[in-house]
Amino acid sequence: MERFSSPRDLDQARQSAAQSRQGRLTLSLCSGTGCLANRSRPVYEALIAELDKAGAADKVIVKRTGCHGFCERGPILVVYPQEICYLSVQPDDVAEIVAKTVLKGELVDRLLWKQAGKTFTRQSDIPFYSHQTRQVLAHNSLMDPADIDDYIGYDGYAALADVLANRTPQQVIDEIKRADLRGRGGGGFPAGVKWETTRNAADPVKYVIVNGDEGDPGAYMDRSVLEGAPHSVLEGLIIGAYAIGATAGFFYIRQEYPLALTNTLKAIEQAEARGLLGDNILGSPFSFHVKVHQGAGAFVSGESSALVSAIEGRVGEPRLKYIRQSVSGLFGKPTCLNNVETWANVPLIIRNGADWFRATGTEGSKGTKIFSLVGQVEHTGLVEVPMGTTLRQIIYDIGGGIKSGRKFKAVQTGGPSGGCIPEAHLDTPVDFDALTQLGSMMGSGGMIVMDESSCMVDVARYFVEFLKEESCGKCLPCREGIREMVTILNRITQGQGRPGDIAFLEDIAVLLSEAALCGLGTSAANPVISTLRYFRDEYEAHIHAKTCPAGVCKALIAYTIDAERCQGCGACAKQCPTKAITGEKKAAHRIDQKKCVKCGVCLDACPKKYRAVAKVSSVSVVPEAVQTA
Amino acid sequence: MADNITLTIDGHPVSADPSQTVLDAARSAGVAIPTLCHHKDLLPYGGCRLCLVELRQGKRSQLVASCGYYAKAGLEVHTRSPRVLRARKLVLEVLLALMPYSEEIRRLAHENEVTETRYQRTMHYCVLCGLCVRYCDEVKHTNCIGFVGRGVERNVAWVPPDRYDQTCRTCFECMSLCPTGVFPSNFGLAEV
Ligand SMILES: Cc1cc2nc3c(=O)[nH]c(=O)nc-3n(C[C@H](O)[C@H](O)[C@H](O)COP(=O)(O)O)c2cc1C
Ligand code: FES
Ligand code: FES
Repeated sequence: MERFSSPRDLDQARQSAAQSRQGRLTLSLCSGTGCLANRSRPVYEALIAELDKAGAADKVIVKRTGCHGFCERGPILVVYPQEICYLSVQPDDVAEIVAKTVLKGELVDRLLWKQAGKTFTRQSDIPFYSHQTRQVLAHNSLMDPADIDDYIGYDGYAALADVLANRTPQQVIDEIKRADLRGRGGGGFPAGVKWETTRNAADPVKYVIVNGDEGDPGAYMDRSVLEGAPHSVLEGLIIGAYAIGATAGFFYIRQEYPLALTNTLKAIEQAEARGLLGDNILGSPFSFHVKVHQGAGAFVSGESSALVSAIEGRVGEPRLKYIRQSVSGLFGKPTCLNNVETWANVPLIIRNGADWFRATGTEGSKGTKIFSLVGQVEHTGLVEVPMGTTLRQIIYDIGGGIKSGRKFKAVQTGGPSGGCIPEAHLDTPVDFDALTQLGSMMGSGGMIVMDESSCMVDVARYFVEFLKEESCGKCLPCREGIREMVTILNRITQGQGRPGDIAFLEDIAVLLSEAALCGLGTSAANPVISTLRYFRDEYEAHIHAKTCPAGVCKALIAYTIDAERCQGCGACAKQCPTKAITGEKKAAHRIDQKKCVKCGVCLDACPKKYRAVAKVSSVSVVPEAVQTA
Repeated sequence: MADNITLTIDGHPVSADPSQTVLDAARSAGVAIPTLCHHKDLLPYGGCRLCLVELRQGKRSQLVASCGYYAKAGLEVHTRSPRVLRARKLVLEVLLALMPYSEEIRRLAHENEVTETRYQRTMHYCVLCGLCVRYCDEVKHTNCIGFVGRGVERNVAWVPPDRYDQTCRTCFECMSLCPTGVFPSNFGLAEV
């Protein structure tokens, strides 16, 4: 690989890469973790074989790209320049795609997206995409993450070249400050301010770090950016290092992300070979080196002091430190830690200017944010929207609303220690401050949609249970407070709740938020506090009336058979796994509550025309049903 | 040594060395702050959270562990504000469940009007203050014992298990540090 020794070399490479694209079709096949799981590799192999057979291999460029975001409908294949988007592509489909689209420019209709009676050809017209603003993720469907020249061909490293040739470090910092870029890892701290503090710290040895720990269950924003656009993150990091005056940097990537790791390592290797990383970058006096650290993948390791400890080779556990890391961080040196998505925004800001970046977003939060939209919505996936987009727009316009026609109940944002937001606040514009005001948070961008079949006490229990497993156990409030919260929530959902339990939960929440050592502990009560704030009646129903309004908590529900309606067909009895249902043929059946394990099979088995089986959760019915058993 | 600076603790000006923690400064000025995981020969740890104090700056207020926060000029420290006392009581309620046999904890609880605990009594004998582990590391440099497990599974153990025979047999210095007073039985060392 040729080494660039000046910005001019880079520019020539850009031109020739752009030229080589001219007049050729590009087939972008998603090879993100989601699509690989949906067998995108055999599709790739079929594609290569089929193109060869058709003698069309020279006419097209086949790229294996990062995640396109609509993983649920993967593998995704996009044909440029027309941007024809084929979904759920299987190896069998490839021959037809080559024969029709590649050779004749025709569409394969059955692979196109259809919604509300309409067919969508272009990827960006599909409602899932059309309501998004994909700035950071733009690279993902367009570029081969394993090929630095592809990135260069789309203006990659132009921002770095510009910065090295034309701007002082302070000018770069000023641009980032003016853009008002806030940290995407959760806290929303102004990145430019952090850079400046690190730069101004007295010690001449400084470090920059990419936080790619992403421990939130179900979230994969950072994984997808590292897999699909590792060069964006790397370019951002190099620019940051130049501005801050750092000579060494680290990627902290969790072990569970093998593809992100591979692609990052490859990106570093190629950037070094191209002279974009290492000594005298692009012939300038600036030198910068990068290492990758694999994390053990605990949720708490993403916390800044724990992450720094881990890179130092110690236990990845939060430390008592009241000196900011920008003054004394890794190995006691001034250190600037930013999230994957934060770094990935940097080249965009430098290339397009702070004003361009500020044009998107709200007063207090500029730019876009990536969310992983999961749960009971029609369309799940990775979405990038302008800050200030409402929850309703994300869930309904992009996500297509609630699955199977049920009613919306709450959306959980901010990861395990975020909060649940009810219907009444769906029109809230999503930004750092608005979510915090609602008792939730931005976190790193998890978004779990729940419908009416979710019990909010059980949801809170689920998240606090997760945090109990993830607490490092070092400080007493977190270890013992979360443990006790789980005990209380377990007993409430099992129908053993006691009158003082809500007050006790609220006191533990104060203990956690006031006294815990790190951010895991201080935010750990959010799932409980936010559900108490918006769904207190559900807690009260569990504790006092011993009912679960959503019909989820097994100890508080029962299945009964209405003797009037039951025709004695025996369908339920046949399927009952514990043989709890008895009755004569053509006579009303009964459920032995002692044997019943509340699996609900009988409810589904009962023919729709009879509707004799019912799930009940109310004081009057449960004890009676139990008594008659 | 750097020049002394002045901070205020509970409204009184106190002179301190900037290498001192707020806890040290308070104690040398005769202000009592309860601690459990602090030891003068060991690095600040911040595990027990008994030593929390409130820092105020204009309208802003923040709770910090005084055992790890270093004295700064002009710092406004409160050791008995309502916010501090509320947090301290909540910490003591936990400790009362974990080590009800400790005279010191019972005294502190009494002093802070914590008479009962709603927490399940887990009777762990070890409150994971880490004094023994850190002493073994920072003072003896032997690292015979360490923390194993995470969260509620966290425990103190020999790493590796045969370290006991090699080194501990002739030392036992950490035992006197244990705030629970039951260290020997906890480790099964009483029988040794
Ligand atoms: C328990 C805990 C887990 C965290 N996990 C992550 C994470 O996985 N990724 C991340 O970028 N930040 C995480 N953070 C936030 C980091 O501590 C830090 O604030 C962030 O990486 C700074 O980067 P930013 O300013 O670009 O957001 C976590 C914080 C806490 C308290
Ligand atoms: S992995 Fe292919 S769309 Fe996400
Ligand atoms: S004495 Fe400060 S946290 Fe334990």
